[in-house]
Amino acid sequence: MSAGAISPQNATSGSALLEVRSVAKNFGAAQVLKNISLQIAAGEFLTLLGESGSGKTTLLRLIAGFEQPTSGEIWMSGERLDTLPPYKRRVNTVFQNYALFPHLNVRENVAYGLRVKATPKAEIVGRVEEALRMVKMSSFADARPATLSGGQQQRIALARALINRPQLLLLDEPLSALDANLRKQMQSELKALQREIGIAFLFVTHDQDEAMALSDRIALLRNGALEQIASPREIYSRPATAYSAEFIGQTNLLRGAISNGLVRCGALQWETSKAAGAALFSLRPEAIHLAAAGVGPTDVVRFRGTIRQQIYSGASELLEIDCGENQILRARIPASDPLTGEHEFVFAAVAAVPVTESPAPDRSRATTRAPK
Amino acid sequence: MYSRAYKAVISAPPLLWVCLFLLLPYALMFAHSFWLVRDGSLVHHWNLQNYCTLFTNPLYFQVFLRTARIAASVTLFSLLLGYPLAYFLSFHAGPRKELLYQLVIVPLWVSYLVRGYAWKTILGSDGVLNGFLQYLHLTHEPVSFFLYSPFAVVLMLTHIYTPFVFLPIYAALEHIPRPLVEASQDLGANRRATFLRVILPLSIPGLVAGATFAFVLSLGDFLAPLLVGGPSATMIANIVQSLFGAAYDWPLGAAISVCILLITVSLLFTTERLEKRWSFK
Repeated sequence: MSAGAISPQNATSGSALLEVRSVAKNFGAAQVLKNISLQIAAGEFLTLLGESGSGKTTLLRLIAGFEQPTSGEIWMSGERLDTLPPYKRRVNTVFQNYALFPHLNVRENVAYGLRVKATPKAEIVGRVEEALRMVKMSSFADARPATLSGGQQQRIALARALINRPQLLLLDEPLSALDANLRKQMQSELKALQREIGIAFLFVTHDQDEAMALSDRIALLRNGALEQIASPREIYSRPATAYSAEFIGQTNLLRGAISNGLVRCGALQWETSKAAGAALFSLRPEAIHLAAAGVGPTDVVRFRGTIRQQIYSGASELLEIDCGENQILRARIPASDPLTGEHEFVFAAVAAVPVTESPAPDRSRATTRAPK
Repeated sequence: MYSRAYKAVISAPPLLWVCLFLLLPYALMFAHSFWLVRDGSLVHHWNLQNYCTLFTNPLYFQVFLRTARIAASVTLFSLLLGYPLAYFLSFHAGPRKELLYQLVIVPLWVSYLVRGYAWKTILGSDGVLNGFLQYLHLTHEPVSFFLYSPFAVVLMLTHIYTPFVFLPIYAALEHIPRPLVEASQDLGANRRATFLRVILPLSIPGLVAGATFAFVLSLGDFLAPLLVGGPSATMIANIVQSLFGAAYDWPLGAAISVCILLITVSLLFTTERLEKRWSFK
């Protein structure tokens, strides 16, 4: 769907709160966003996931109004958004490093949005109290931001944004500066808060675990283009592309060919009804089992391999299996005794999900980091 | 860790320098202010005569008041010129920022005297300004009050000290994290409200530092009144200069200097506290 084909009249069609239509953004010669279209429903938790340089923060800044799209349009609740200055948009942002005003105390920071809109004083007092209670920071009302910890500043930034009752809250890697434990705690609080107040969240992160844990849907960005947009479960179990499969969770990419109703990927082969030709599959490590453990009888693919390495991680462990022909598969199995030598493994043929080849990274963007 | 001897050797030269060229002259000045000149020669007789003269003769108070007024005007006009300039450069100059910054700094490399004489040629009765006005037929004969007036002194000092005001303000503005400006707009504040509520308060330390520069430097200036001021714009430093020179009354000159020093030091003390009060993180 092209932006030009949609007239403003049917902009409100469907339940979309925010609609990004064929948006592109260039910084000089660099194409940072290429023809992005997506919708956010009211009350939805949508995550923009991608490596640094994928354009996720730029998209967020376009919606907030800090950057202008090179082409395309952004609409919110039937209103053209991208032509408005940031201070007229009914969206609020939680910034990566919180951006709390250092010369104002917590109460004044939280009240800022109401004060610049000349809200009656009595109302401000009540709403500030309510917002501070919501983020469990009531006792810090008179503190200066500099005296607060990262997690506390995070809560104030959240209260300062939410007090304005935006229709959409934008969060730019809000948890990236916190240490691991605090981060997990803030994740669950953030999710609970979002359910409670029912405001749509657009959340930017480069952390796929965070995206999986929080989101209703994940929009995976790669080199400025939308790779896949789907629910966490769907994007994990049915990744559309090799990049999606590798970026979200671990996977084995099986490259091979189909001929005469048979898939051949290195040492592995199984029957298929697909047409002949080159084929690429994603096989999650946890889909591979030790044959001794037994697995359902239908469409099972069996193969033998030598254990190259066994990485223990508590409840489960990761095996690196050498299947010969230079093919290494990774399997995640329940924690067992140390394994060595050759074993037989099985996986269900349906667990090998066909994916499309992801095009090679754009040469114009040299700063792409490998996924962790 | 360094040995005690090493520390002593290392700190001796600067210590000596401070004693010889700062503390000793101050002590001499302070001592002189309590001595007298009698029959053209210095008398080392301790007394408060000089301070009595200062506080009883209204001439000195008048000159001091004029000096303070000129310094305050220079401060005000330098701020009015320097702040918008610094704001524009910091927030809206884009890729030309570096070039414009250099252009502001360049006049600082030009000798103070050269700039003074430049103003003389501009403001004089057959100067550039009068020539231009006559060319436009706005005036028929040279306007005489441009030169040799407090106005000329304020003009020249404003020109000279605006970069000094600009620099600390620019530095303060550059240190304001840009996400704060975005956060303000994001919360519904337009440009004006963002300036008044975020940018201006966070630039106060730079503003105070710049104002202090302009005021203190103008307060002690004696070249501008000499070059473009004339008798109607005599400042306190001119008095000190003539007392130490032609009038040969070092003790009275020293007493005035001690007063100026006290005023300046208490001013610096106050502004430093102001700057601290408005500094965050």
